[in-house]
Amino acid sequence: MAVPKLQQLAKSVVQGPSLATGAIPTRDWMDIPVVFKSGNYAYPAKKEKVEYLNSQSGLHFPNAREWSPEDDDWKLPEDWKEIILKGLKERLDKFRSLKIFMDCCVRCGACADKCHFFLGTGDPKNMPVLRAELLRSVYRNDFTLAGKILGKMAGAREMTVGVLKEWFMYSYQCTECRRCSVFCPYGIDTAEITMMLRELLHLVGVGINWILEPASNSNRTGNHMGLQPHTFKDNVEFLLDDVENLTGIRPNISFNRKGAEVLFITPSADVFAEPGLYTAMGYMLLFEAIGLDYTWSTYASEGGNFGLFTNNETMKKLNAKMYAEAKRLGVKYILGGECGHMWRVLHQYMDTMNGPADFLEKPVSPITGTVFENAASTKMVHISEFTADLIKHGKLKFDKSRNSHVKATFHDSCNTSRAMGLLDEPRYILDHVVDWVEMPENTIREQTFCCGSGTGLNTDEIMELRMRSGLPRANAVKYVHEKHGVNMLACVCAIDRATLTSLMNYWNPGVSVCGLTELVANALVVEGETRGELEEGLRTML
Amino acid sequence: MKYAFSFLVVIALIVIAGLGSQIPGMPYLFGVALPYLAMMIFLGGCVYKVVQWAKSPVPFSIQTTCGQGKSLDFIKHDRLEAPHTTAEVVARMFLEIVTFRSLFRNTKSEIHDGPHVTYESSKWLWVFALIFHYSFLVIIVRHMRLFLDPVPFFIDWLEFGDGIFQIGAPNWYITDVGLLLGCMLLFSRRLITRHVRIISLVNDYFPLVLIFAIALTGILMRYFLRTDIDIVNIKQLLVGLVTLSPTIGAEIGAIFYIHLFLVCALLAYFPFSKLVHFAGVFLSPTRNMKNNSRAVRHINPWNPRILPHSYAGYEDEFREFMVDAGIPVEKELSPAKAEEIN
Repeated sequence: MAVPKLQQLAKSVVQGPSLATGAIPTRDWMDIPVVFKSGNYAYPAKKEKVEYLNSQSGLHFPNAREWSPEDDDWKLPEDWKEIILKGLKERLDKFRSLKIFMDCCVRCGACADKCHFFLGTGDPKNMPVLRAELLRSVYRNDFTLAGKILGKMAGAREMTVGVLKEWFMYSYQCTECRRCSVFCPYGIDTAEITMMLRELLHLVGVGINWILEPASNSNRTGNHMGLQPHTFKDNVEFLLDDVENLTGIRPNISFNRKGAEVLFITPSADVFAEPGLYTAMGYMLLFEAIGLDYTWSTYASEGGNFGLFTNNETMKKLNAKMYAEAKRLGVKYILGGECGHMWRVLHQYMDTMNGPADFLEKPVSPITGTVFENAASTKMVHISEFTADLIKHGKLKFDKSRNSHVKATFHDSCNTSRAMGLLDEPRYILDHVVDWVEMPENTIREQTFCCGSGTGLNTDEIMELRMRSGLPRANAVKYVHEKHGVNMLACVCAIDRATLTSLMNYWNPGVSVCGLTELVANALVVEGETRGELEEGLRTML
Repeated sequence: MKYAFSFLVVIALIVIAGLGSQIPGMPYLFGVALPYLAMMIFLGGCVYKVVQWAKSPVPFSIQTTCGQGKSLDFIKHDRLEAPHTTAEVVARMFLEIVTFRSLFRNTKSEIHDGPHVTYESSKWLWVFALIFHYSFLVIIVRHMRLFLDPVPFFIDWLEFGDGIFQIGAPNWYITDVGLLLGCMLLFSRRLITRHVRIISLVNDYFPLVLIFAIALTGILMRYFLRTDIDIVNIKQLLVGLVTLSPTIGAEIGAIFYIHLFLVCALLAYFPFSKLVHFAGVFLSPTRNMKNNSRAVRHINPWNPRILPHSYAGYEDEFREFMVDAGIPVEKELSPAKAEEIN
């Protein structure tokens, strides 16, 4: 499963006999079975992780076992087919989106070449429309009159093990980025389809470890890295030492402190690994500079939500910790760090699933007095909204020259752009702290391309797939790298910080990845600091 | 072969109506019974479909935002692409349905050596769709002339506009050409564009062929076979149909029955096919929901009761470590444990 050399892959994506490059499959897509081989699938979930999740109240993860996608026999339960069809029926009754998206597609093909997985692999089944047809064909067969009467003629097919394997392959070659839904004339959202497919697969014990292990970690330790409270605290304090060494300021921080005004929650990866930890250092320096009364939590130490990649029950259970902790600590509201899918959950699901948060107050910036009316009910504010407001009110002093080593471009996260509409706040902040340029227009804002490894796919065993699906994003960065000398890809997402780093190392060496708040903290002039000339901002090695 | 099959079915339909309607007594089947039946299936089927959709709740707020959401005062809100109020949603839906806005966005991607991925605006599908749908709409409205007596004024205006070029005798309607052209363009696209060819099903070719045949028989009647039909009798039949007192006067040409039978086939096929997109588009949650989900709580009627792994359970598991690390706890350690740590 070695990752191919750059030249090989660069040639392969252009000349390989794929649908994206012009080759037309000679067989009907229904007649082409999936073949699992090392490198084209993410490892199945470990037995003990599935057992742990299944033991948690409100969750259902049956059929824990050792198995491999490469085996013919996936050790499915005997009545797997009934389980799947019953599961599909239940979901059709619970989600109008699913019914509408099953019935309304006219196969116009507008979505076909909008998917980064399709562009990178050229696999017809990675066209969003065909990904949905994998499910739709079964829906027709068992739930529509035309399908029951006309069968294959009406595009229907029976649910078989082969179909189930196909679902597994292609629901884990979709990052739920929703780019296709922007272009669909009916707004059909493949993320919904993929979520349903993954939910159905979990009913028969088919899931991947890179999602279920973080999900169980998040449940038990509070964060997906599995950091226990003392370790989490150690990690954050380790970053404090770095901040102090670099700036002469040791930010005041606290953990699980009752009575703080604000609870701050961010993806745990930011306190653990480069380059995210520079963003975490940025948060602490920023909050110190404005004297924010806030606390970290070790119990709710994960902003990300691996339940979003699993099923709605797990999403709800993991998300519920945020309000539970906010209530226990008696804070006024919650401030959320930079993360993409975390913000999809916070913006579109949290209040519905775990609200109403009537024990919290409508968020008000203690520094500027701005009332965040857009978060009046959920009571959770995005760090970019918070920071942009500080800048607008002149509460932050910047020395932009401290970022003179950076020529940045900005990557919109799929979820913050297409499931929230957070586009101009980060840009407003960038304007004040760094010299930056936009990537080409069809690759930014609501048309942004996924990093290629979201929804729990940033695992090493599928590196070639990830480099392929990340190609459209990498290619747009390459354009501004060559044209404008861009050397930094800024983003507001913790998964991006990890995945784009691999992607840049592969396709565009010379471009680093950073969080927005890292750039903010680089340029921030803080009272009392003894910051010398830091050639690489917070990354400078002393 | 999927497209060939569609042609076969439509030809069979034409033969059935062409021959069948010439058998004595059968005009009542083709002219009265089947139209009523088809209309009932159409109306009943569409209502059933919409009720079925509406019966499933919308548990989550899953709007797709295609522009800046409403946030701070100084950040310009894109009211159409990330609507915050009902009025803004209505505007978004109106433009989506009337101008096919999402299709207007369409781009074509290509991968060149390098690799170098390019995206360029591609409006063909949008243009084809507009030609097809608007021609179809105007033709349907124009046909109201046959059902209504007196004929409303706006139909005269529409016909005047539709025939503005004054070409041919009788005057050719733009939309008649438009519908034929629209069908042909959309059909060819399915054959020629490789992405679309792979995904196309019989379900995609058949309605296009059927609608093409409907348009063609209509055009034959209006422009070429005028002597074969009696428009007065047709109007008498159709007005009779809508007033529930149908009569078939003198003989009406076979071409009319073919046309009518194909329309019946389309009506009956409609609710069971992808053609329900005309109703579904109104109900699509990614387009018709407000992007105010943090300001106003959206309710999920089946919201399950699921509690988080409790803080108490968490603290019980890690209390010693927490105390040791100086993290505040709710319950102090038992003296024995505290002793151990110290």
